[in-house]
Amino acid sequence: MAVDWSRDVDQAFAAAKEQSRAVLLDFSAAPA
Amino acid sequence: MPVEAHIKEHPAWFHRFEAVWTPTVLLFDSHGKERVRLEGYLTNIDFMAALTSGLGRIAFVQKKYADAQRWYDDVVTRFGQSHSAPGAMYWRAVARYSATHDHTVLSKVAEELTTTYPSSVWASKAIPWLSKG
Repeated sequence: MAVDWSRDVDQAFAAAKEQSRAVLLDFSAAPA
Repeated sequence: MPVEAHIKEHPAWFHRFEAVWTPTVLLFDSHGKERVRLEGYLTNIDFMAALTSGLGRIAFVQKKYADAQRWYDDVVTRFGQSHSAPGAMYWRAVARYSATHDHTVLSKVAEELTTTYPSSVWASKAIPWLSKG
């Protein structure tokens, strides 16, 4: 299943609040 | 809502969210409150179970006990072999108790935990709920 990753955490928080959803933030050292 | 943070692209985020190791995965509720922090690699099953438990935690904190029970039940039934399963079994019962105030669910889960996951810390935490006699 493909994941539609966002690269803007603040935008994700704003959308999560509006849509009552959780936010998953994945920190990685792997190359983009 | 998944967000990616690579150390070279977003170093400030590592500082902002106190991510001191990779991989680190954080789960926030809809108000931006951190509810789960996973540091280090997990198997797929343990990862899925931990995230699902996290959704249960979010629902529980918001007093959405029926939703919390469903998330924890999902962990117990789908990821029963995961490290999150005993905790999910414990919190599923606590969510049920919180919704109903039926204390028998606590003694029941204590029996279940000591039988199914006897070496788990959650079995120890449930010991005070065991029926005496």
